[in-house]
Amino acid sequence: MATRDSFIVIGAGEAGARAATALREEGFTGAVTIIGDEPHAPYERPPLSKTALTDDAEPQAATILSPERRAEHGITLRTDTRVLSIDRGAHRIALSGGEELAYDRLLLATGARARQVSVDGLARDAVLTLRTFDEARALRSRLRPGLRLAILGGGFIGLELAAAARARGAEVTVIELAPRLLARAVPADLAAIVAARHAAEGVTLRTGTGIDRIETAEGGRTLVLSNGERIACDAIVAGIGALPETDLAARAGLALDNGVAVDAHLATTDPDIFAAGDCCSFPHALYDGRRLRLEAWRNAQDQGSAAARGMLGAREPYAAVPWFWSDQYDITLQIAGLPDEGAETITRDLGDGARLDFHLAEDGRLVAASAVGPNGRIARDVRLGEMLIAKRAHPDRAALADPAVKLKGLLAG
Amino acid sequence: MTTTTATQWIEACDADDVDAEDVIRFDHGGQTYAIYRSPDDEYFATDGLCTHEQIHLADGLVMDHIIECPKHNGRFDYRTGQAKGAPVCVNLKTYPVRIDGGKILIGLA
Ligand SMILES: Cc1cc2nc3c(=O)[nH]c(=O)nc-3n(C[C@H](O)[C@H](O)[C@H](O)COP(=O)(O)OP(=O)(O)OC[C@H]3O[C@@H](n4cnc5c(N)ncnc54)[C@H](O)[C@@H]3O)c2cc1C
Ligand code: FES
Repeated sequence: MATRDSFIVIGAGEAGARAATALREEGFTGAVTIIGDEPHAPYERPPLSKTALTDDAEPQAATILSPERRAEHGITLRTDTRVLSIDRGAHRIALSGGEELAYDRLLLATGARARQVSVDGLARDAVLTLRTFDEARALRSRLRPGLRLAILGGGFIGLELAAAARARGAEVTVIELAPRLLARAVPADLAAIVAARHAAEGVTLRTGTGIDRIETAEGGRTLVLSNGERIACDAIVAGIGALPETDLAARAGLALDNGVAVDAHLATTDPDIFAAGDCCSFPHALYDGRRLRLEAWRNAQDQGSAAARGMLGAREPYAAVPWFWSDQYDITLQIAGLPDEGAETITRDLGDGARLDFHLAEDGRLVAASAVGPNGRIARDVRLGEMLIAKRAHPDRAALADPAVKLKGLLAG
Repeated sequence: MTTTTATQWIEACDADDVDAEDVIRFDHGGQTYAIYRSPDDEYFATDGLCTHEQIHLADGLVMDHIIECPKHNGRFDYRTGQAKGAPVCVNLKTYPVRIDGGKILIGLA
């Protein structure tokens, strides 16, 4: 790439920040600009449903691209600016302030936005969501002892919020349409452990039921569930999933498929435009090219770096093992790989109530490792499991099940 | 006026307590440390908590000369304390280590 080239990253989040840094680490000497519509420099989202809600001190956005780092790497950041459109023919983008910028290559790192609920009797702003720092701060200011909080959705964000709200003394009800919690990404056995913990902490769980309507009266609202049950509440938060931010790509005529569709090198259907993170779906080299869209922090980082290399002409297919964690109370869930690719589960008891499940495909290949327990108990073995998954290993079943067998020893084989 | 702070050598554990290419936790004087044994049987010591969030590194994985944090997989070279990239950007403090009669001593200033 010529030194006068201009690379622009749209979206100042985890993937965008990582990509900009990686462009410099890979030796790119042209202009690097990140454009983001939030008022903040790129920051970490995971604390928003955890410590940002529970810490005694007012939370600060945990920046991942400090002014010093931007200066060191020569990265230009424009906040509070939305990219409105892409003119692919002219290689120009239009900004919310009316300005236009020319680009040589673009990265779409636009992330995802919280899905909104639509229920009868509900003003749009009556239901809070949790995706941005500003939303976390607004939610935090409402959490207080005795607050009756209804959470729609028993996924990660809803459950982390439930744990945080309990820590702040709120009375919490979680309502999930699916028959169980965490149905999308977590195997049933582990989800049951998490559900039991929430119940023990005093969270009211209602699964297998939706919301029929919301009645507003003086002194609060009443949720009427589809099973007829009535739940009085002071605040409602929806954690019912996120939608990939694809508007720009759609209007620019790029292919979509549950997100901005990219190839194994994270290029879109326009070879000068790449995409990374929550906004894109990609074929996963480790799982026979199965098309995935992940909403996970490490994936956003890894794809940010990989897309930067792709923008510079590298041709390595993206094959990082999917991995994410969730913290609720003092327990952590960690999942590496794709449990739903498994046909057989082998359990390893890690002690202290910690449990690790290995998921093997029909041919005995390790395709996922999922664990719940104190972080310090599970992390090392999940990480080793992840390395075995990356190697497409077919580990010995008895060795996997026996906590006395060090997984590190299996890596050499 | 000059102040000299002599290094205090504190006995942490037996050399055998740490497996090769592994790490253990050592608490002393209200602080927590991590003691490493490299694949080539050298010993090193660093602060015990990750510089990203306050997580005990001794629960993490040692691979060659890298300690990987058990929380979000931040990586440090435990010989130098150098942070090896996102999400960790602040280096770890390191301490000198001495072996004496099968015991590991770490030098605290
Ligand atoms: C509350 C919360 C808790 C989480 N906890 C965990 C966890 O514990 N573990 C885990 O693995 N993952 C977690 N995640 C997921 C993780 O944070 C995301 O996967 C990650 O942030 C995705 O990064 P991204 O860069 O793709 O998107 P984002 O971080 O969403 O960044 C995209 C940015 O682009 C901006 N943007 C969009 N369109 C435009 C436009 N046209 N012009 C300008 N800017 C635009 C958006 O406003 C946003 O700032 C959590 C997420 C949330 C919301
Ligand atoms: S706490 Fe160590 S990497 Fe985050």
